[in-house]
Order: sequence, then C-alpha cells, then structure tokens
Amino acid sequence: MPLTANDVIKIAHLARLGINQQDIESYTKDLSSMLDLMTQMGELNTDNVEPMAHPMDQMQQLRPDEITEENNREKFMSIAPQVEAGFYLVPKVIE
Amino acid sequence: MHTKTLKELAQSLRKREFSSVELTQAFLNRIKKNQHLNAYITVTEEIALQNAKDADLRLANEKADLLTGIPIAQKDIFCTLNVKTSCGSKILDNFIAPYNATVVEKLNQAGAVMLGKLNMDEFAMGSSNETSFYGAVKNPWDINMVAGGSSGGSAAAVSARLAVCATGTDTGGSIRQPAALCGITGLKPTYGRVSRYGMIAYASSLDQGGPMARSAEDAAILLQTMAGFDKKDSTSVDIPVPNYCSGLKNSLDGLKIGLPKEFFGEGLNNNVAATLETAINEYRKLGAEIIEVSMPNLKLAIPAYYIIAPAECSANLSRFDGVRYGYRCENPVDLTDLYTRSRGEGFGKEVKRRILMGTYALSTGYYDAYYLKAQKIRRLISEDFKSCLAKVDVIMGPVTPTTAFGIGEKMDDPIEMYLSDIYTIAVNLAGLPAMSIPAGFIDGMPVGLQIIGNYFAEDRLLNIAHQYQQVTDWHQHTPKGFK
Repeated sequence: MPLTANDVIKIAHLARLGINQQDIESYTKDLSSMLDLMTQMGELNTDNVEPMAHPMDQMQQLRPDEITEENNREKFMSIAPQVEAGFYLVPKVIE
Repeated sequence: MHTKTLKELAQSLRKREFSSVELTQAFLNRIKKNQHLNAYITVTEEIALQNAKDADLRLANEKADLLTGIPIAQKDIFCTLNVKTSCGSKILDNFIAPYNATVVEKLNQAGAVMLGKLNMDEFAMGSSNETSFYGAVKNPWDINMVAGGSSGGSAAAVSARLAVCATGTDTGGSIRQPAALCGITGLKPTYGRVSRYGMIAYASSLDQGGPMARSAEDAAILLQTMAGFDKKDSTSVDIPVPNYCSGLKNSLDGLKIGLPKEFFGEGLNNNVAATLETAINEYRKLGAEIIEVSMPNLKLAIPAYYIIAPAECSANLSRFDGVRYGYRCENPVDLTDLYTRSRGEGFGKEVKRRILMGTYALSTGYYDAYYLKAQKIRRLISEDFKSCLAKVDVIMGPVTPTTAFGIGEKMDDPIEMYLSDIYTIAVNLAGLPAMSIPAGFIDGMPVGLQIIGNYFAEDRLLNIAHQYQQVTDWHQHTPKGFK
C-alpha cells in the first residue's frame, strides 16, 4: 500500500483533524486505493500542458479598496461558541 | 394544485383560481405527510406563510414575477438569513446564517415562497445522500433506493411534489445525478453563471448552483432569476443573461449531436444504453444529425477530479475550527485540542476522507505530482470537449452508469462510488453547462439523459430539452403514492 497508518496520522495532524484510532486502518486502505487510482495520471505525458485553475482562464476580479460591508460584529458574535467583551474565547495559548 | 407545473401555477395565481397562501399550505401539508422521505432538514413554515401573504399582495398589485407566490425550497448549502444552514453536517447543526446567499436574495426579490431547507450529502460530498448527518434521503420511486447526491433532498422533493422546484449545486454531478435518479430535470450552468456568494464552498473552482425542476421550461424560469453577474463573487462572469424562455420553441432541425464513444463503452448498463438510444432516436425524428465524437482523456477525469476537489475542500473546510461559529468540542485543553476535536467530532467520515486526501495532495513534496498534474489533465479534458464542440452543437450521453442503487449498498466502498461519477465530473472540470432530463424507466426506476453544451449555451440546452419534452412524457410521470 502506498500509505502507512503513520502517514495517515501525520496527515490528520497537518489538517488538525481528529480521527478515531479504530478508523485509521480504513482511512489508510481508502487513501491508498485512491492513490492507486491516481497513478493512472502518471501514464500520460503532460510536459507542455499549461495547468488549468479556472474554467474560463479568467483573472480574479478586482475592486477599489473601499469599505462596502457594514459592521456586523454583534450579529456575528451572537453565533459564536464562546465570546467575551467583543472577543472570541479560546483556551489559553501563552503560559 | 401540486400536479401543476411552475408555469401553470403562475397562471392560476394570476387568475385567482387559488391564492399563494392556499398553494403554500397545500405544499406544507404534503411535506408533513411525507416526512419519511427525509427530503427536508428544516421546514420554514412561518416564513413560507409570510412569503405567501406578501406574494398574494404583490399578485393583487400586478407587480408579480413568474416566481411570485411559487413554493420552492433551497438546498441547505445556501445561507438563509436567520434560518439554520447546516450543509448536511453536524459541525453546522447549530449554525444560523447571518446573511442570505445571492441566489436566495434573488429568489426572495422575485417573490418566491421558501418552504424550507433540503437535505444533502455532508458538504455536498457524496453521490447518494447517505453522508448527510441527518440521514439518507429516500428515492420517491422506491424508498429502498438512494435519491442520489449531493442534491438528493432537492431531487426527491421535486419528484415527490414536496416543492414546485428547488435549488441545487453541482461540483461533480450533484445536480444532474440525483435529477437522473429521481426522474426530474436539472441544469448545471456554466461555471461563473450563477453567484457562489453565500453558497458554502466545497471545491471553489468546480462548484456551481443551478435549478432542479419538473420540466425544462420550469428550469428555465428558475434559472432566469438565479443567473447573473454578482460583484460579491469574484469568479462570477460578467456576461448578460439571455431570456431563457424565449428560445424554448426553436426547431431542432439541423442540430448536430455528438456521442462520445467513451460514454457508451464498458461500465454502462445495457438497459441504460438501450434507453438512451431510444431517446437519441427521438432527436433524430426532431431533425437532429448524430455524429460520433471522442473524448480520449475521459477516464482520467476521475483521478484528476479526486485530487482537485479534495485539495480545494481541505483548504475551504479549514474555516470550520470551532472558534467563530459551528460546533465546538467540550472542554478543550489547548488550542490544538480545540481544533482537532471540534473538527474530528463535527465532520463525518466521507468529509474526513476527502480532507485527508486533499491535505496529502497539497503537502510538501507532493504538490507537483498530484495537484499540478491534475490541473494539467484538467486542461486536456477541457481541450477534448473543445474539439468535440467544434464539430457538434451539443454532446449527449448517460448521466449515471445504472439507475438508483440500494441504500447502504455502496457505502463500504468509496472508490466504487467515485467511479460512478465518470459521466458527470468531466463537465465540471471543463466548467461547461449540462443538463439531465428524464428519458425513460428501467424496472420502474428513472433514467436520465445528459446534454452538454458550450460555455454559456444554457438557452440552447433548455431549448433542446424542452423540444424533447414536447414529444415525450417521461418528465410528467409521478412516483406512486405521491400523485
């Protein structure tokens, strides 16, 4: 298999994604099968092909740097898990 | 009332045969009676009745749009102000959207009545609606079968007449595949045609919202309101929206239809192939010329898609961190624990699988081999379509290799599920518009015909679909028990 259980644990850490111990094996198997499928891509020579990021090859639209949104601080904070005095609360970061 | 098309209902409302409030109440009753389909995540009864009252006033003042007073429903991927917007996930189960998606705003402006929010695969990742935190949607044609995904709730609701029409989104087939499996008409517009603002992102370079309805004509009416440039979506394309209804009656005489031989090869169920052949013969009778074309790189669409979509999803879904909104785990010991457990407990298995895949594909040392390679293949697939569409007006083919499969049947084998997307995902990679229309039944289960057109040729697709629906009645069939 292209991937090991340790690889999956490392990837999950990079993604800050908790996975259950008992699921590691099935993720390893599924991701390995997906990667097997991907090897087909290597069979095709793409040396002179320009990568395609946007279907219309359109450039990102730009707009003048002006304030267009109103301040919705209270509204946005009202749906947060934990707030205090206008701040989002998280566990202590600096000891 | 529920048997009428959108167009007929709009006429009835104008003639005062019934009011929008009466119509809306009839649909709310049908939704209550058919909860076993699991098509809705949230029913917004109060909003619906208020919308209907407003619509009746508007209809009385003759300032109505075709959608005014028509009960529709939104896929739960579209943010709806002050209404729960879950995206089919536990991580957003408590999320009350603080603003409206542009699509929702436009439909509100037109006076449409919102019945509620429709079930879907979690974050639109799935082809069977079984990855939803709220459970699978059942197919109205046979409740043991999947409704398809990810817009399974939308397809089932329209098919069972629990909404006149609905919104959907399509990243790899999520409008067309459930439309095919539930026997309705669905259109995935050109990338950039419909605003993605407020539509929760899965794979931003592929995602596109579109209409799901009973007929091409109804889909045209819905798309008319949904489409258009939006400065709030930086990938939205600034091209005028044509009148989608005015060309529906155009003749198909001389239409050139391309059939890619790769669409009709190994993997396609024989009965599905035979049903499509009959449908294509109908087009011959309507004056179309059939030409064989080729998509040599088609089979690489699956690996390319399953790199690009997970890569973009791993980036997009990093915003769900348990800090600003959505689910937060209990008693986090530190910040890493807060992120890791909130995401671990909040996301389901398929979403995690794709985040892991995407994170791996984008990680140091693998970017060129996977993401860059996939983007190059994306270019080649898009070139394949271009050379086909230089010879023909539209491409036709299957939407799915088989009719709807059983609930639970493919959940243990994600790869097999991915492979069933072969006919739909290439279209998203190229950014082209495509439709699925009902083309017949096999053992009582609907079969869809896919029509793929050139960029911004939605009007032509709708015309081609509408002409077929004038000479066939597959789109008028209603599942038993929902008549």
